[in-house]
This record gives sequence, C-alpha cells and structure tokens, in this order.
Amino acid sequence: MAVGLTWNVYDANTMTQAEIYGKVLCRLGEENKDIVGLSADLAKSTKIGEFAAMFPDRFFNAGVAEQNMFGMAAGLAKAGLIPFVSTMAVFTTMRAGEQVRTDICYQNLNVKIIATHGGISFGQAGTTHQCTEDIAITRAMANMTVIVPADGIECANAVRACLDINGPVYIRIGRGFEPNCYTTDAYGFEIGKAVEMNPGTDITLICCGITVLQALEAARVLEKSAGISARVINMHTLKPLDGEIIRKAVAETRRIITFEDHNIYGGLGSAVAEVIAEYGKSCAFARVGLPDCFSLVGYPEDLYSHYKLDADGIIEKVKEVMGKDFEDDDSWEDGF
Amino acid sequence: MPITDQELRELRGHAKQLRKDIIDVTFWAGGAHIGGALSLVEILILLYYKYLHIDPGHPDMPERDRFILSKGHAGVGFAPMLARRGYFDFELLKDFNKFNSPFGMHLDGNKVKGADVSTGSLGHGLSMAVGMALGARLKGRSWRTYCVLGDGECNEGSVWEAAMAAAHYKTTNLITFVDRNKYSVDGPTETVMGIEPFADKWRAFGFIVKEVDGHSYAALSQAIEEAQAETKAPVVIIAHTIKGKGVDFMEDDVRWHYGGLDSDKIVEAKRYIETAVIG
Repeated sequence: MAVGLTWNVYDANTMTQAEIYGKVLCRLGEENKDIVGLSADLAKSTKIGEFAAMFPDRFFNAGVAEQNMFGMAAGLAKAGLIPFVSTMAVFTTMRAGEQVRTDICYQNLNVKIIATHGGISFGQAGTTHQCTEDIAITRAMANMTVIVPADGIECANAVRACLDINGPVYIRIGRGFEPNCYTTDAYGFEIGKAVEMNPGTDITLICCGITVLQALEAARVLEKSAGISARVINMHTLKPLDGEIIRKAVAETRRIITFEDHNIYGGLGSAVAEVIAEYGKSCAFARVGLPDCFSLVGYPEDLYSHYKLDADGIIEKVKEVMGKDFEDDDSWEDGF
Repeated sequence: MPITDQELRELRGHAKQLRKDIIDVTFWAGGAHIGGALSLVEILILLYYKYLHIDPGHPDMPERDRFILSKGHAGVGFAPMLARRGYFDFELLKDFNKFNSPFGMHLDGNKVKGADVSTGSLGHGLSMAVGMALGARLKGRSWRTYCVLGDGECNEGSVWEAAMAAAHYKTTNLITFVDRNKYSVDGPTETVMGIEPFADKWRAFGFIVKEVDGHSYAALSQAIEEAQAETKAPVVIIAHTIKGKGVDFMEDDVRWHYGGLDSDKIVEAKRYIETAVIG
C-alpha cells in the first residue's frame, strides 16, 4: 500500500486556486491583442502558462534568466505591447531588481508584474525562494504601483484593474494554495482604496495578502469570546496607500496592528506607521510580520502559526495591544 | 551599396564636427566619458547619416528604426549626434549635467528627443533591444533595432542572457555592435576581466560575427548591409576601435576613459581633430 501522494509539476496547476489569475489573463488576452506574456522557466508554477498555451506567439519564455526577461519586457513595452511578466517575487525584486527599477520604472513603462511565491508562502523551499523584502523594495521604486491581493479573486480583480494604469504595476501573490476570503469579485475593488472587511470600534487590524482571511477569523472569535470589536482592513494596495482609512482608524479605534507576510521593516507596517506619524495623533500601534529575520523552513501554515500571522497569533497580539496605553488628547475631535 | 567618394567626404566632415562637439560638451559638462565617446564616432555617424530610417522632425514616428546606446556612458557623444541630426538645438547642450537639464551623463529617453530608451547601467541595452525586436516582429513592423554595446560592458552576465535570447528567438531584425576599444575604467579589458576569445563567445551563443575596423566607413558599411540582409541568425559587428580616437594625447590611453579639459587643452584637441583624416 503506497503512502503519500504522487504528483508532478504539471498536476500542480489543478491543485491551486490562484489559477484563476491565469484564466483572467487569457480572457484579457482575447480582448487585447497587445498583451504579451513572459516568464523565466516558471510558466507552469506561475500560471502564466495558461496564457502561453492559448497564445503561443505572444508568450516569451526567457529561460532561467530573469534580468534579461525584465529587460525584454521593457523593450516589448517600448514597441507598444503590454507585457505581463511572471516569476517568483525573490527573483523579480532582487535578481532582476535593477532591470525592474531602471528599465521599467525609470522609463515608466506599461509592464505588469505578477510576482509569485511572495513572503514565506513557499516556506519549505527556504530563504532562497522566499521573499520578505519585496514590498519594501517595490514601494521605494518611483512610478510603481504595488498591490498585494488577499486571495485569488482579488488577484483577478487586480489583474483586470492594472490595465487601467499606463505604467508599471507590481502584483504580489503567494504560491497559489491560499484559501479565498472573498466569495465574489463584485465588491468594488479599486486600486488605492482599501476595503473595510469587518466593522469594529476597539482596534483596527490592517492586513494584506494571506493575513486578511486570518484577521477576519480572529475578529469573529474576539467578538464572541472577549467582546472585542476588531475592525479589519484589507490594504490590498501598498502604493498608493489609502491614508484616509488609516487616519480614520486612528481617530475611531485608537489602536492599530498591522499583519503582513513580510519583514516588519519597509512593508505594510512601515507604510502604515508613516501615515500615523505624519497624522500626529497618537495611538497604540504594533507591527507583526517577520521580525527582521529569515524564516525557518516549513510548510506555510506552520510558519504562519510560528510568526503569529494566523488567527490564533492575531488574537494573541490583539489582546496584548488592547492592554497598551496611549496618550490621550483632549483636543481630539472624535469622529474624524 | 558601397560608399561613394562624395558620401565619404560628407561622413568625414560630420565626424570631425561630432568630435569637436564631444570636446565642447565635455567642457560644458565639466567632465565626461570622452574616450569611449570618441571611439564610437564612426559607428554613430554612419548609422545616423546613412542607415537609420528616422525623421528628426517626428522623433516618435512609429516606423522609425530604433537605436539603443547600451554603453550609455557615451552620452557625451550621443547627445551632440542627436542635436546635429536635428532633434533639438545644439545650444541646449551648454546646460549638460547642470541643474534640471534634460541632459545628464547618461541620456534619459523620456527627456531627450531621439533617445529611444534610457541607458547608463551597463548590461541592460541588449535585453531591451531584443524585446523591441520581438515587439516589431509581433506587430508585423519592418523597422529594425540597432544596439551598441561596450566591450567592458560584456563582462555583465545579462549581456549573455540577452545574446542567448536573441539567438533563440532569431531576432534578425536586430543588429548589435560592440565598440571594442579594449579598455574599461580600470585598465585594458584583458587585464581587468578578459573577454577573449570574444568573437568565439558570440559565435558560441548563436550569433553571426563580423569583425571590422570600427573607424572604417567602408568596412562598417559592408558589415551593416550584410547584417541587414541576414535571415539565418542575429549579427554582431565587433568594431575594433581606438579609445580616444581622433585626439592624439587621448588615443589608447585609459586615463581618458573619463576626464575634463581646460581651454588650452580644448584648442590642442581641436587642432588635432582638424588635421586627422579618419575613416
């Protein structure tokens, strides 16, 4: 009697939920003949392979050569095409980081980057294939729009919406095994406008990517078991950041925690902290993510649990921050 | 078509002017990559006055040929070339490198008319050129892409990634040049990081190689026309040049990779440029 599961890299396509992105790209490819696809020997695991199968003449495999791939994408954009480029986040932002910055962002070219295996979603592969720096890196690239969808449905929305921007867009997704937190794509996705997923008055949990679903579960448990009313915000766009929803949360809940599958430096937590600091009104604040370390090896669910990015970890952190003091300011006009 | 005597006289005149312009712009800029700009002159002159299908009055003309100066450090030669060809007023170059000038050391394609892309960081141009060539093919356009690399630049691994892709996708609508002036900043290429056997490397990557005297219009011209007609594989023209060509005290002297000139040296340099017959 065999033990384990027999599968290969081809079967992986049917095991993932994020294949929805590949399908959306195929539909867009039918509508717009200028869309071309590129990957660097990762067409299958990044799902852009579906586009490649449908439009073989409009897909370019660069081989295991990411720098050249992003340079080629810049050239294709210069020739009037709209390249969608897909490879792992770590190779996008670091191996080919300069091509992304200099060839694509500096020239403000219409290149859409779908970076997969963001954060520690490919935990078992170890640090070489994880990427907990990309939000910081891409946020610092002028002209770049940075999106971290909460699930496959939002990814599909982002892939559609990014065509409305005539410039570079970085869409960071996981490995494709992540459960959905949306049940429909008709919730009014708009680049740069965060979504309040759960109302709350005691504390605000600002999340992106996989932590959105975990925070929603945590909020349900907190409400029921501890009577804590936690607002959950899906900050799917990291740049341009929705500052208004953050200031509103400062004014209305006075407690904020950010949760992200990224180093705590430079990512969502830092971005939110910048807004709070510039707002000038105090609130209890904490950032949760990779605490400036490279991740342990392991399956993502175990790692998310270890780094307090799952529902249990979020609940624990909320209880801690609920006990924190913050400076009262009598001159505040509550209600924002 | 072979170059006529009349053409040759005109090309030499344009080249002489461009070399003097490089000296002037270097002065206005306060310093520039002068050696690698001077080695490039005949290639630029031949492309911009004979082979590129362009209309400086319509810099964005869709059917224009594209030119990528992958060795973007030679902006001090490229900018006056574009000015003399009529893309913008030459006098604007007096602000080269100065506050908020469109002209910096490495030209910004979004600011400088006629510069199809922004270059400067080495090892980027050929990848973009391959992308452009693929784009032209996909859109069924007949325009060509021309790309000039430096030899020191070919230390960059990304050049060879791009070469691999050009051969793989058989981008014969792309013509690549290497300005083989034998030096990078720190010294002779073969001392700093050897690239020989250089032609063999390109052949091994799937290119058809043409090695020519990069200061000879006849040799360059023949290589370009053969490259244009080639359908089997992309062509690289390795143009053997002399760094600092045209100014005696700069020729083959790595110290003039980058430098500035005072008014006395400018007179001296221009005197030599006036007397030398090149190409």
